[in-house]
Amino acid sequence: MTAQPLCLSIGALSATLPNGDRVLRSVSLDVAAGEVHALVGESGAGKSMIGKALLGVLPPGVRQVEGSITLEGTRLETLAPAARRRLIGARTALIPQDPLTALNPSRRIGPQMTDRLTHILGWPAASARARIREMLAEVHIREPDRVIAAYPHELSGGMRQRVLIAAAFAAEPRLIVADEPTTALDVTVQKQILRLIADLQRRHGTAILFVTHDLGVVAKISQSVSVLYAGMVVERAPAPELFATPRHAYTKALMAATPRYTHPASSLQPVNSAVLAELALEVRAADTEWKRAHG
Amino acid sequence: MILQKFLLRLMTMAVTLFGVAVVVFVVIRVAPGDPIAMMLPPGAGPEDIERLRALYGLDKSLPQQFVIWLGGVLQGDFGTSISLRQDVLSLVLGRLPATLELATLALLMALAIGGPLAILGARERGTAVEAGIDVAGGAALSIPDFLWGLLLILVFGVLAPIFEISGRVSPSLDLPFATQFYLVESILRLRFDLTADLLAHMFIPALALALPLAAIITLLLKQSLKEVMDLDYVVLARVKGFSETQVILREALKNAALPTLTLIGVQFTFLIGGTVIVERLFSYEGLGNMAIDAVINRDLPLIQGIVLVFALIFVLINLAVDLSYALLNPRLRHG
Repeated sequence: MTAQPLCLSIGALSATLPNGDRVLRSVSLDVAAGEVHALVGESGAGKSMIGKALLGVLPPGVRQVEGSITLEGTRLETLAPAARRRLIGARTALIPQDPLTALNPSRRIGPQMTDRLTHILGWPAASARARIREMLAEVHIREPDRVIAAYPHELSGGMRQRVLIAAAFAAEPRLIVADEPTTALDVTVQKQILRLIADLQRRHGTAILFVTHDLGVVAKISQSVSVLYAGMVVERAPAPELFATPRHAYTKALMAATPRYTHPASSLQPVNSAVLAELALEVRAADTEWKRAHG
Repeated sequence: MILQKFLLRLMTMAVTLFGVAVVVFVVIRVAPGDPIAMMLPPGAGPEDIERLRALYGLDKSLPQQFVIWLGGVLQGDFGTSISLRQDVLSLVLGRLPATLELATLALLMALAIGGPLAILGARERGTAVEAGIDVAGGAALSIPDFLWGLLLILVFGVLAPIFEISGRVSPSLDLPFATQFYLVESILRLRFDLTADLLAHMFIPALALALPLAAIITLLLKQSLKEVMDLDYVVLARVKGFSETQVILREALKNAALPTLTLIGVQFTFLIGGTVIVERLFSYEGLGNMAIDAVINRDLPLIQGIVLVFALIFVLINLAVDLSYALLNPRLRHG
């Protein structure tokens, strides 16, 4: 890797449920400026939880108990809640998983796109409106006026995801968390949306923390990858390296489980039970060590 | 399309009111007690009774009486009060504004108390603040309005006499009003001295009516807000940098308000029902107080008139709730 400045650095991040169980087990990862870093793993591996911890929107009951999150040199834990919120609002954005639920049903699209610009970043209303028209053009929406005046239920799922992507890039954030942004969409729309995110990312030079369970997507879009299992990073590598020589047995197993039309016989393999047993041991070892350190 | 819906709605309202008219008419005639007997001095002969009966049309059969009465109502003639010997419609219209002002003030107070508490409770969800709000809400809800009235009389009328506890306005005051909407008119005429006096009289009865409703608004709106607070668009608003209070006011409140609004519609009708006893308690010159007198005197035409007016108010409240639903939810506006 070249010596690019780090956009995001997460160190030994642990988060717990109310019962004390860890959902994130000492997660460490770095995202360079302008880089796409993919978080892969099965459902429940804690991929989304990392993004939520960073953005300060962990679900009720889940608490960050240890570790550091450093955004462009600022340690978020050292900030007062209001200052942290403003920094997150100014420097980051979220492309949510489900475009059908991520827009407020009772507000028009326009204000939902401009409110960060006008209310958090203090832009004049006119420049905010001009900016979102520009962004809607960038995501290939041909009738910006109709969309701006529309309510969410008047737009299709693909349209809504375009709107959310345009809104995420509108304030030129340094880092975007894309939380499985294509999972809820039709297969035909998925490819377009993925290409759109990749295009915008290159044009704007935004770093993206890309949460997905789809290794095919990872190969297309990301420069580096963290593979997660049970809230633990089991392997972290630049993307080409990971696909060429996966080191951890679980990464290999995940690759074998990915459907590939070119090799139907060798794809879609379930994860081997020996691999799972080994992972369970690793998780237990990590937890024992953590418990010893924390009484 | 919209006109068609509107006409259908009007017809439903007419049917409801007709049903109320039938039920009231029959029930108060089946109930024991004879208005004529109560009007006459002791020692009146049977001929006197018969004559009076014929005068008020009570000698005819029940269906005949109903048709005559309904025919009058449709022409705006609600008959003559037996006990007060005045036109029922003008009696009712004379008292209605006082009750509407009291009920509206109570509703506003309930919203002013319940809304902020619900927002506070949703913001501080899971903390001691929310638990405190739950306890206070449960207590306010389990005490009925008339009991609140007695408690408040004790506190604000006896222990710390800040407010008036009897009547609608100080009798010594010279009232320049052209209508019975004293409170509204005092504000429009900029006679804030009178506004203050009216509010001093209305405050405790309105608060007694408002407290149970305020508790319902608090608990339900808080619950709805909490359900909305974890939805994706609310999470997205937090990521945009909005504070928890901003998130509630900008994103959550409008959507969470829908179930509360429906309930306020229903509860507001209860509140107006509650004015009957509370007005009595505070000798407030409203429709409810008149209704109790009418029942005691077996004043059939007056009871009928009052009940019909109450029913009309209930029907109109339901209509208002439906309309505001469409305002709050853009998905209901078309089709």
